[in-house]
Order: sequence, then structure tokens, then C-alpha cells
Amino acid sequence: MKDMKAKILSNEEVAPGYYRMVLEGPYMAKTANPGQFVMVRCGNDTDPLLRRPLGISRVRRPAAPGAMTMELLYEVIGRGTEILANKRKGETLKVLGPLGNGFDLLPCVRRPASGAVLIAGGIGVAPMIFLAEEMARKKIRPVILIGAKTKKLILCEKEFKRIGAEVHIATDDGTLGRKGFVSGLLQDVLRRTPDTRYPTVYACGPEPMLRAVAGICLNKKIECQISMETKMACGIGACLGCAVETKKGNKLACKDGPVFNARDLFRRKA
Amino acid sequence: MKMDIKIGKIRLRNPVMAASGTFGYAKEFEGLVDLKRLGAIVTKTITLKPRKGNPMPRICETASGMLNAIGLQNEGVENFIKEKIPYLVKLKVPVIVSISGNDIKEFCKLAETLDREKGVDGIELNISCPNINKGHGLIAQDKEATRDLVKSVRAVTGKTLITKLSPNVTDITEIAVAAEKAGTDAVSLINTFLGMAIGIDTRKPVLGNVTGGLSGPCIKPIALRMVWEVARAVKIPVIGMGGIMTARDAIEFMIAGAAAIQIGTANFVDPGACESIIKGISEYFRGKGRE
Repeated sequence: MKDMKAKILSNEEVAPGYYRMVLEGPYMAKTANPGQFVMVRCGNDTDPLLRRPLGISRVRRPAAPGAMTMELLYEVIGRGTEILANKRKGETLKVLGPLGNGFDLLPCVRRPASGAVLIAGGIGVAPMIFLAEEMARKKIRPVILIGAKTKKLILCEKEFKRIGAEVHIATDDGTLGRKGFVSGLLQDVLRRTPDTRYPTVYACGPEPMLRAVAGICLNKKIECQISMETKMACGIGACLGCAVETKKGNKLACKDGPVFNARDLFRRKA
Repeated sequence: MKMDIKIGKIRLRNPVMAASGTFGYAKEFEGLVDLKRLGAIVTKTITLKPRKGNPMPRICETASGMLNAIGLQNEGVENFIKEKIPYLVKLKVPVIVSISGNDIKEFCKLAETLDREKGVDGIELNISCPNINKGHGLIAQDKEATRDLVKSVRAVTGKTLITKLSPNVTDITEIAVAAEKAGTDAVSLINTFLGMAIGIDTRKPVLGNVTGGLSGPCIKPIALRMVWEVARAVKIPVIGMGGIMTARDAIEFMIAGAAAIQIGTANFVDPGACESIIKGISEYFRGKGRE
């Protein structure tokens, strides 16, 4: 983990309100794991004061270390991310990371025949591209379930298809894919899977979605890893502001997480 | 003004300390800041028994500041001694342990326990956390209660004693003087201001605890004024803090009369803050060549 200045190589709007920023960074690219995040200083002033935690959405590691990059996919939701959206190519940002405990690929590496299902709601798609690409490198072809409010906000479908993943989509308004929630797509997948070959599930998105996904997985005893989004001040376990209640007591999203096992976070549904 | 100073029995190589609650137990900042260069480290407040802390959300950003209502989450003194002290000792930087309790007895028990620990150089009495004891006043809001507490703790420990004061009072000098008379070696100020934030969509308080402590650069002018007032009212060293982000901020506090300063919220924004402030202060001193 390091705090460093990173040069912006590009910063583009990929869907209304969603941006992709590419940063120069051999250190981050080499050391980051899927599910980890960075703390980004958005402005140079005291307002907004705190850094913003952003999930790492991809790293590129070409042979030349100078060409290594890290990508951040983010949604503009407040003043911090608004300032970020206005940053131009060539500017630099203070970036602290990589931080936190990412996804554990072992459960699906151990059972290659069962594979993995990656579920993303809204901006929750960010860590999933990194995860899917890492899986592809390990010859695992994940099934991707993406949920969003409407067609225009479905992110990264192309990127997932490029690595040969099977992609299913759900929109709240039915403008693309199945009308309804992404958790419905998971039920479809499980319905056509024999229970001896249930996949490992990885999910990131809004809390109601995570709750629904965890409920389904816990009932069927499916290994399910969940990335939690919380407000953070420091990102390194000092402020204790990002505590998450688990069955093992309070844990920190920044240090113990952001990825948790669903069985530690949620109860089985009756 | 000089870099190396003495507070109680503690010799500091520079006047910059990491403030309690913003620096964990130092290990969190390993690799991000040269810990050996710090003047002192004040650890996250510990209590006799483990504390779960307050419900979420616990933090909220405000204009040039932040609110927190962590509620003194910690693993308790036993765990602190076993798990945290061995690492802190290795840094060879003065370790000041912040403590809190429900009553005088708990403060004394903690102080007695820590008094036996070689790795502990000083104790900071956190009698000013605004996020516990809801509905009751803080010890630091009552000069008699402050005097009684400091006197009792003073009787059970020979370690350097620092009393941390609350800004949520009418006259902070009264409390400072009470602590001085009761035998504290120094006072540190200020703790956070009690504040709140409301979400207009939910029409509810943002923090799980409803209210929280305000910190960051937005409180600096008030903190500075209080440090100036207290420095004129007591003879013991005053440790100033409140919104210090840069060496310039720190120097203002020292000109106002602070013997040392603590860096709090700035550690969240820039984990290397303490180090760059130390560097800035030493450059200023060299340039001025005073004392």
C-alpha cells in the first residue's frame, strides 16, 4: 500500500453520470487484486475534505512497466465525484492504495467445473470487470449478471463479452433484458444448474440487492462473497468510521472488507 | 521556540503528536509515514472492557470538516497491552495512551494498570468525548468533576498525565485551571465540537448516534482562540489541536502559546500529514532562528 501521485491518462463519461478514469500506475497495477479499492483525493482544497473510496475496475499489465495502468469506474453522486469528473488528461491525483481485502478466487479455482457467477448492480459493476478478467486469466469463464435502472445505464457489457463471459441483463424498466431485479437472474441460473454444480457467487451493488442475493445463496448453501460499500474517512483502519456489523462483531469495510462472506453478514431466510 | 521539548517526564524530539482516535495504534500508518520521526503518538482511547461503539453511520463529511460518532470502539485495556504495546515500544517514540471510563474508579483502574507498563510514557485523560454518556454532561464540562478525576488519577500514577479538554463549555480556562491545580502535567485541547447533520430526503439525522463530534479545518479558528486563552491562564504546557492541516496552522498554535500540537483529522486526508508538518515547522524554526 502506498500513497502516490498518479497521472490521469483519460477520464471519459461512459454512460450518463458514469465515468471511467485511466491512471498511470505500475505499482497499483502490479499489486492490486480484484475487489480492492483506492482512496482518491478529489480536490486540492479543504472542501471537500475527505478522500473518496473507489473500487479498482481494471488493471493492465503489459510487459513494459511504464505502460501499466489502473482504471476506476465511478458514478457522480456528490461534490467529490463531480470534481473528479471534471479532471482532464495530464492532471495528477493523489491515490492511496491498493486497500482492503478483495475477492477470494480459491473457492471457484478449486471447483472449476462449477464456475462462478458475478452479480453487479449499478456502479457495483466496477470491481466485477477486474474480477472477471482475473478469472479469465485463470481459465475460469464466469457468468455475469448485470442489473441497472434502465438500458442506458448498463455498463461494461462489451468488456465482459470480450473475455468470453456469458452475460445476462436485468433492468428495472424492462428496456433491456429481463424486467426486474438482478436477483431474479440468479434464480434463473440456479434453476438450470444441478445442485451438485452450484457456482461460487460474487456480488457488488446496492444493499437491497446484496440482501436478496445473499438470501438466495444462503438458503442453497452456495458460497457467496459480497463487496460492501460504505462511507470512509481514512481507508486504512484508523478512524473506525466504516464499521460493518457481522456475526463475528464489528468489522471494518476498509480493512477486513470490503469483501465479506455472505454468511458472516446475513442470516438465512426462514 | 524549539523543536525538542519536555512535557511532564516525556522528552519529545519535536512538538508534533498524532492525536488520539485519528492514528489507530500507529501500525495502521506503517509505510505511509516514518513513525520514528513523530514527536509522540497518542493512541486510540481505550476503556477497561471492550466497547462495541456506536451504530452506523458513524461519519459524515461537512464543509471543510467532518462529524464522527464512533463511540470509543476498542478492544479493552488487556488486549491493548497484549496486542498493541509491543509494536508501539519498538518505534522508540513516546507513547501516550488515551483512556476513558464511566466513572473515576474506572479511570483509576486503567491508570494503575498502565502505570505498570514500561512501554507507556504518558496517559491522556479523555474526559471530553462527546459521543458517549448521552444525556449526561461530560466530566470536562464541570470543573469540580475534572478536579476530582485528575486528583484521583494523579494519586495512582507517576506517569506523565495530560488532560484533554472539551470546547463544549462556556469558559474553557476554568476547566484548564482546575486540571492544573489537581496535578495534571499538561492539558490538551480541543476535543471535537458537538454537532449534527440531517439528510433532507430522509428527514433524519445522518449519524446513527444523531449527534457527533465536529473536527477538521472548519474548527481551527475557535480552537486557536481557546488555546490562546488557556495558555494565558495556566503555567503547565498546553498541547494545541483542532483542524491543523499544515505546518502554517501548527505554527499559529505555537505562537498562540502551545508547547506542542496534535494532528488529528489531517491524518485521514493525508496519512503523511504529521511528517510534512514536522518538516515545515523545523524549516520555519531554522529560518526564524528564535531561541
